[in-house]
Amino acid sequence: MAEIQFILALIMGAFIGAAAGYLGSLMVTKRAALMGCSLGHLTIPGITLALIYGFDVSLGALLFLAFGIVLIWLFERRTKLPMEALTAVVFASSVAVAFLYLPEDETKIALLGNISQISLLSTVIIAILSLAVFLASKKIFSDMVLMSVSEDLAKARGVNVGKTNFIYLVCIALTVALGVRIVGGLLTAALVAIPACTSRNLSKNLFQYSYGGMIFGSLACIIGITAFKLTGFDAGLLVIITSAIFFLISLLFVRKS
Amino acid sequence: MQKEMLRVENLGVQFDGEQVLKNISFNVDKGEVLVILGPNGAGKTTLLRALLGLIPYAGKVSWKTKNISYLPPQELIQREYLPPLTIEEFFKFKKVSKDKILKIFKEVGLPADLLRRRFGALSTGQFQRMLIAWALVDDPEILLFDEIIYGVDIGGKQTIYSLLHKFWKQRNLTILMVTHDLSVVWEHADNVLCLNKKKICYGEPKKILNTKNLKETYGGGIKFYKHKHG
Repeated sequence: MAEIQFILALIMGAFIGAAAGYLGSLMVTKRAALMGCSLGHLTIPGITLALIYGFDVSLGALLFLAFGIVLIWLFERRTKLPMEALTAVVFASSVAVAFLYLPEDETKIALLGNISQISLLSTVIIAILSLAVFLASKKIFSDMVLMSVSEDLAKARGVNVGKTNFIYLVCIALTVALGVRIVGGLLTAALVAIPACTSRNLSKNLFQYSYGGMIFGSLACIIGITAFKLTGFDAGLLVIITSAIFFLISLLFVRKS
Repeated sequence: MQKEMLRVENLGVQFDGEQVLKNISFNVDKGEVLVILGPNGAGKTTLLRALLGLIPYAGKVSWKTKNISYLPPQELIQREYLPPLTIEEFFKFKKVSKDKILKIFKEVGLPADLLRRRFGALSTGQFQRMLIAWALVDDPEILLFDEIIYGVDIGGKQTIYSLLHKFWKQRNLTILMVTHDLSVVWEHADNVLCLNKKKICYGEPKKILNTKNLKETYGGGIKFYKHKHG
């Protein structure tokens, strides 16, 4: 991997990891960390199309996420089945269809990500989008926490629950679409969940928890990508393994309420 | 003439085609304590939620102020599985100064160091006082409480009511309170609204709380004893 590519990958990883870690602290609070997993799988057909037709995998992932979310919403309106069950229906079907067309040598990229071909332009766009996710998550953070305490309490304080949930979902979709570039469709849940869990183990308050998630997310990406440069193993795997090691170490210092 | 703070006219609520509340009308004056009584499923919580505009309703609800504080039933307040939210951070949702928080903490009898404790780490009694402090910290004119004494023993219940009575007197508060506890009606209520999906009775406790109305509210089998000194 060329030096410039490596630096761009580090910058991109630092931004995506930070945004995913910060948003992850909200997702763990809402007990929605596994949603990242389902949505990650939903991106696989989009990544497949991007790999076949040679456009950006994050763009493909985002298009399919939007398509998948609309499909789930339509099914829910028609059937009144639970949203999580319909998510399972859509993501399982989309993965099956994707693997019919996905060339065998591209399978690993779709599942585990690939950071070897990054341009300056895509790094800038990813940094801007990650920053946007962070700022939007920061804006809704306290409202979301109050909604977790009591939705009625939040509504009575004037929180627009529908709008806040919508912003939250858009942030998740964007984070997943960005995250697939580093860790692929298979491991996006880990990108948002593990740093937040690590931070929760070590935090005394909400501030430490949210920013801790951000720091651990970013650090895991930087160390994982550096390890990829040194070892040649898949960057996605190394990022998640680094994050998991942080989590294991945090177990030694767990703060209990 | 008392200043009217709330007027409710022909309020009705439907869930999935089922009429949960119908034709509820009453009004609340400044400084009044209105207790809302009724069995489980009578629509008491639904009424408060409709009054606050948290759910769709038919009819008319007119508040004279927007300075309202609301505490939902305690079983609807999540204390487990939350992030490490401290009490101080919980009060930051209200955007008030730390001095104000400390002042109200003193008034409800909570130590200042409790601010550093986590939301889920308070005892039931401390949690209740903390919620009352939270409701009062931004100087509301009207308080809406839903089952404020949930899970509290008799001693704790008395303390909570005394605390509310103190603030009501000091601040000339208007209070709407949902409860199952009839004792609070005699000690603190100016008016009582008996509900069972519709308005069974409404007015001064001494005038309307009789066996007939309570039977109609709670169903058959209820007996009602009034102490001579009560």
